[in-house]
Amino acid sequence: MPLPPTHDNVVHSEAFLRTLMRRQLVLSVSCAATFLIALLGMPLLNYFAPAAMSVRVGGFTLSWLVLGVLFFPFVWVISFIFIKRSIALEEDEVRQVKEGKDHS
Amino acid sequence: MSAILGISPLFALIGGVDPWIFAFSFVTVVVTIGMGFWSAKQSKTASDFFVAGRSVSVGWNASAISGEYLSAASFMGVAGMVMSSGYDALWYPVCYACGYLFLLLFIAGPLRRFGAYTIPDFAEGRFDSPLFRKIAVCFVLFIGFFYTMPQMKGAGVTLAYIFPGIPYWAGVVLVGAVITFNVALGGMKGITLVQAFQYWAKMFAISVPIFVVMAVFGFYNGHLSANAAPGEKAAPSAEVQRKALVEKAPKDTAWIAPFGPLTTKAVNAAAAALPEGERKAYLEEHQKPYSLLYTYSLIIALVCGTAGLPHILVRFYTNPDGVAAKRTTMWVMILIGIFYVFPPVFGVIGRNLMPELYTGLAGIKGTDQVVLKLPTLLSEKYGLLGSILSGITCAGAFAAFMSTFSGLLVSMTGALAHDVYGRILRPQSKQQERLVAFKVAAVVVGGVAIILGCFVEPLEINFMVGQAFAIAAASYFPLLFMSVWWRGMTMKGAATGMLTGGLCALIAAALTNFSTLSLDKGPMGQVFASFKPLNDFWAAHPLLRILCEQPAIWTVPLAITLMVIISKATSRDVPSDARMKMLVLHAPEKLGLKQEYIQDHQGAGH
Repeated sequence: MPLPPTHDNVVHSEAFLRTLMRRQLVLSVSCAATFLIALLGMPLLNYFAPAAMSVRVGGFTLSWLVLGVLFFPFVWVISFIFIKRSIALEEDEVRQVKEGKDHS
Repeated sequence: MSAILGISPLFALIGGVDPWIFAFSFVTVVVTIGMGFWSAKQSKTASDFFVAGRSVSVGWNASAISGEYLSAASFMGVAGMVMSSGYDALWYPVCYACGYLFLLLFIAGPLRRFGAYTIPDFAEGRFDSPLFRKIAVCFVLFIGFFYTMPQMKGAGVTLAYIFPGIPYWAGVVLVGAVITFNVALGGMKGITLVQAFQYWAKMFAISVPIFVVMAVFGFYNGHLSANAAPGEKAAPSAEVQRKALVEKAPKDTAWIAPFGPLTTKAVNAAAAALPEGERKAYLEEHQKPYSLLYTYSLIIALVCGTAGLPHILVRFYTNPDGVAAKRTTMWVMILIGIFYVFPPVFGVIGRNLMPELYTGLAGIKGTDQVVLKLPTLLSEKYGLLGSILSGITCAGAFAAFMSTFSGLLVSMTGALAHDVYGRILRPQSKQQERLVAFKVAAVVVGGVAIILGCFVEPLEINFMVGQAFAIAAASYFPLLFMSVWWRGMTMKGAATGMLTGGLCALIAAALTNFSTLSLDKGPMGQVFASFKPLNDFWAAHPLLRILCEQPAIWTVPLAITLMVIISKATSRDVPSDARMKMLVLHAPEKLGLKQEYIQDHQGAGH
């Protein structure tokens, strides 16, 4: 394999791939966890606190308001944060490689 | 306009067709087909399609993705199901939107960097295995057919509504044939412009009529508060005029509260089979836990399934770079999120003001047509306005099932013509023969979809789409998720997991549908009569019924476990350049590793 001149050793090292995948996975998993706690928590709240979830809020039951309306903006916030951080993460990786830093 | 008014008495004569409803629907069909052919002329080949996409701005591209995603299930099915089942049906719109987030977090980025346009492309590239591609292609067809059935039902219901008196199957055949020939002749390629137009048509058609209806008959919250929640003696609201509920409609508290008719159906059926005295104790013990299980299984199917839909991923490539792709996704989430607030409103108001729809549960007279019919309430007070708004929602419904059906038809036909014919049956075939094969395949796929569509009248649109998601969740989702994040996957592991999980989900979904169809009072009941004993089995084993109706909770873990075990056992077969592949999947695009990888491969004689 012909070696491209500059950043090859860093990029092709085992350590680079490992850190890269770990950083991406941590970001994705933490966003997914926030989202899953809310999503999977809703049925639990409905199950264990039915009285609290059927309180009326402006005509809606609390449970209906959260799932039918408020959940969508919540998901927008998570995806906004994820997108912002993942763009920053990629730029950071590129910068580090260009500077020729070793990741180990 | 004068032409429409001129021929309107004619329509009034032939069987009560409302000229406004007909006109709006007709214009949508003509404009969609016309735009399809016009833009197909602009870009002839598949690569043109992708290149053309690069000149498209984030806003247009986001509209196009949303336009392709919102099918008859979103437009008609969600409203119908909220009306028939209440709160539990809200999981569908929420998870349709949230599934997109899962796709964004785990799969979209890496797949974009890898440059695989379809899931079979990825399957082949990731494991260097043309054989695996052939296996993976099967699921494009399985999921595709499951997804086309509800679109066909949407077509049948809408046509039967516009032309009162024509049978359900005639609508399916008519719409199916028009779209099939359209695809076979080369129109309706997945062109950005058409899809973007379709999104705004659907958004307009769902939001404007419901705002007018709400302004006249009371708002979303007012209509909800006309239903008594558990613990309330009477409904808190007196401002909304309700019509009396029919006998078949679920009671207020069951409808508005979680764990209602949708998720407790199996347990209720089991209780009904028990002797009178044991029912209460049985229900108290089993109803809520089983219902919770049903809810979780549904959530898993919908959230994971989005990532495995054959026609969704392609669109991520029509962005110039990764940053634009991410911005596009953000806008898609906003566009579909706003859309999904509206269909449940139709369901809620329909329950209060059109309870007569409950009597024809699930058939063409059933709740699935509430979106089309609700605006006609305005006719009593405002004359033409009701017809015009109903015409607008019909036009939106046409946009919904036409865009999704033709999108699916293109990807299924592509799989059949390109992979099955071009690679398996006749690898030596010429370009000309392949073009003919594409047309034949389009007619075959369209024909099968029409026949399947004729069978499913008694099933709910939204429920069927949920099944397509469940199959995708147990087959393509584990494949994509594991191959992207785990280096040790082998082709054998991936294939075993995907096939076992996907086929289990497929069989479970088919059994559920057969047993439901056997209960139908119409002709379908006779066709599927041999499956009637299955319902007695379900009544005796409600847990098995739930696991069959919503299989994702066991098929997704099964697929992933099998992938891990078989991959460990065959760890010698891990592709030798697995590390390079992971690097291409994960390293930022700016490092240019994909170019390097491709050159490397070409150099090695691939």
